[in-house]
Amino acid sequence: MTSVARDREPAVKTRRLRMSVFGPLLALLLLLILGSLLNGNFLTFANMANIVARASFIGIIAIGATFVITSGGLDLSVGSMAAFIAGMMIIIINSAVPSMGTGWSVIILGIAAGLAIGAAAGAANGLLVTAGRIEPFIVTLGSLGIFRALITFLANGGTLNLNFQAAETYSPLYSGSILGMPVPIIVFAAVAIVAEVVMRRTTFGRHLSAIGSNEQVARYSAIKVDRVRLMTYVLQGFLVGMAAALYVPKFGSANSSTAVLWELQAIAAVIIGGTMLRGGFGRVWGTVVGVIILELIGNILNLQSFISPYLNQAFQGAIIIVAVLLQRQRRTTN
Amino acid sequence: MPTSTGANAPPILAAQRISKSFGEVPVLFSIDFDVRPGEVHAIIGENGAGKSTLMKILSGFEQPTSGTIVFDGRPTTLPPNGEAEGMGIVLIHQEFNLAEHLTVAESIFLGRELKHFGFLDVRRMREQTQSLLDTLHVPVDPSARISTLTVAEKQMIEIAKAISRDARVLIMDEPTAVLSVAETRTLFEQINRLTARGVAIVFISHKLDEVMQLSDRVTILRDGQLIATLDSKALTPDSAAQMMVGRELSNLYPPKHEPDVDAPLVLSVKGLRSNGVHDVSFGLRRGEILGFAGLIGSGRTAVAETIVGLIHRDAGELDFNGRPVHFANVAQSLAAGIVYMTKDRKGKGLMVNMGLRPNLTLPTLDRHLKGIFIDTASETRALERAVRRFDIRARDESVRAGQLSGGNQQKLMLGKTMESEPEVIIMDEPTRGIDVGTKQQIYHIVAALAAEGKSIILISSELQEVIGLSHRVMVMRNGRIVGELEGTEISEEQIVRHQMGIEGKTAA
Repeated sequence: MTSVARDREPAVKTRRLRMSVFGPLLALLLLLILGSLLNGNFLTFANMANIVARASFIGIIAIGATFVITSGGLDLSVGSMAAFIAGMMIIIINSAVPSMGTGWSVIILGIAAGLAIGAAAGAANGLLVTAGRIEPFIVTLGSLGIFRALITFLANGGTLNLNFQAAETYSPLYSGSILGMPVPIIVFAAVAIVAEVVMRRTTFGRHLSAIGSNEQVARYSAIKVDRVRLMTYVLQGFLVGMAAALYVPKFGSANSSTAVLWELQAIAAVIIGGTMLRGGFGRVWGTVVGVIILELIGNILNLQSFISPYLNQAFQGAIIIVAVLLQRQRRTTN
Repeated sequence: MPTSTGANAPPILAAQRISKSFGEVPVLFSIDFDVRPGEVHAIIGENGAGKSTLMKILSGFEQPTSGTIVFDGRPTTLPPNGEAEGMGIVLIHQEFNLAEHLTVAESIFLGRELKHFGFLDVRRMREQTQSLLDTLHVPVDPSARISTLTVAEKQMIEIAKAISRDARVLIMDEPTAVLSVAETRTLFEQINRLTARGVAIVFISHKLDEVMQLSDRVTILRDGQLIATLDSKALTPDSAAQMMVGRELSNLYPPKHEPDVDAPLVLSVKGLRSNGVHDVSFGLRRGEILGFAGLIGSGRTAVAETIVGLIHRDAGELDFNGRPVHFANVAQSLAAGIVYMTKDRKGKGLMVNMGLRPNLTLPTLDRHLKGIFIDTASETRALERAVRRFDIRARDESVRAGQLSGGNQQKLMLGKTMESEPEVIIMDEPTRGIDVGTKQQIYHIVAALAAEGKSIILISSELQEVIGLSHRVMVMRNGRIVGELEGTEISEEQIVRHQMGIEGKTAA
């Protein structure tokens, strides 16, 4: 009986996932074809590497969002949080330069601080959601406002600039490459692989789906629901810190318009990738595909002259809505 | 109102040679069924016999693969998604379709609100609701919120809503599954009032005695086939059960092994207090089946949930194998060896949109690790073992838990509960809403577990089951234990006297 069942399992799964698996991949393929029709240099390694490297900030954040959303949560504060962390990193590095110089040690201090602040900010969100019993939407909408105000306050309404020499030291972390592969892509890929394995093969990943699927069932099944929930927000914050650590060497500055609407792109990428907005099912590689799709759309809009590239975010907004619509249809046809 | 009712009236709703397949799986084979105005027609059968599918076809929620629906003498295609309500055919689901935050009056008029110059005419809706509830003898305030009502009251509101929409055929899916004895009686009075007004009632139940008492005719389904449609007078519980199962149902309950009075006390509860539990004390021996009887809401579930750490314990002591214990959450009680199996299969027991394997191993994933990774092969072996041990039958085992029949869901939950190899198992309504064949299997499993030396607390609202299985019975009322029965004292009459509060004695 069971052996028969195991043979059949892939067949059933394929049927169920056909649309959700091939949908994003198909969209990716169509965009690649469209891009190469518009511009002969589109499919070159250089352009592709550039696209993926630019997608890596949002990508790393969106991977965190995949965990949060799979467990039935939501984090709207990621964009403001990234700006706030970038600002804090710049302040910390600049104020450490007199005592520590402009070598790698000061950069490592800055990165460590960024990751720690991210984890702490995530923990604050998570504690308000779990211990405070407040809707994640409200908590993170509130902290979105708070972090955005904090970066504006820290920059005194202007722009925070990284110490010039420290920026020179730091810069290879974004612009450098190892064995021909840009560093941000390597970081992005490493995060994605680890996250995919965690999601699919660890207790934590299984517990996330269980909580997102039915919190009561999880509670009655000996899962420490609040602890797992809290961990997703901490992880999200940590990954926002990591994205900020890649962002600072790219621009060397932060201000009140840094990382605006990243939450829109991150959530859009997660949903395009096939993670259920209501929780219970998450797919990290889908999110990666989703992020690249969004970046390709932006890139293609810049390559043509029929549609204004200023409409980029309108596309992203529309894509979220359509993706959720498709998810709902999938649920009802099941 | 129809002019002619009763046995000679033409059927108001009929199914002729209805067949239904889901994909390639046939679930109904050429079923004939009809119901007349003013008649109660019961459908009985084991889980998976096709009762629910037939009901959904009769109310338009599913379309038959072949065959004809005849309504009011005319062949009809029923509109989908509950739109058949507009024709007077109302299906009352097991899970009610009421919005918890609305008031009773708002619920009754939902979707066809009375208006006055474009604004809601709240007063007139409330008055009409009041008079409707009065004619139905439902003592509920029209401005009460649905969330404040009991399950039985919600059901009455569903019925009132159906009546207010001039329902001519009322189809009820196991309406008594969640009702107490007294509430069931009120429901039956209601049904009698409705049939007197010419409403036709189709009624699914697993409780044979109710079927015999209430219905005029009974249709028995088995494996998607129509076995018989009979006058209920011509039916005996034995013959009905036999037709449902297709075999003779002897020894529904396994023989009780003599409880060992010298067996050590495994669990001892003293002065337990929590939300809904007042000063509850009892002991549980190794290998014992301790029944917990009482009306719904008498605090039995609350006792269980307090023991395993789902509800905060306000006072009292818990000794497990002679040592005082305190569980702050389910993980701790499970690690110690005490597990609680919820009565709410879909809400708290199983992830309905997930497969059988993740459901089975959810509380015990730590046992299926290779390093830090989940060992799926080990999980699959666990599922194979559970499938054999508890006879879990799935169309194929990649189905999601929610697609299993109620009985198989219950067996999966039993498997999940037993995965942690507990010493004490608290089972809450382990046979609610499942067919008699599966019940028998579960009874034998429970008895076998006790014979192995497991200690079992059996919470059940089915007195027969408590009596048939338990070595000792605690009766609860209003959050207290009001009686303890042992051996030959365990009888339906004794339990009922205690749970109704007739027997004044308060036991230890």
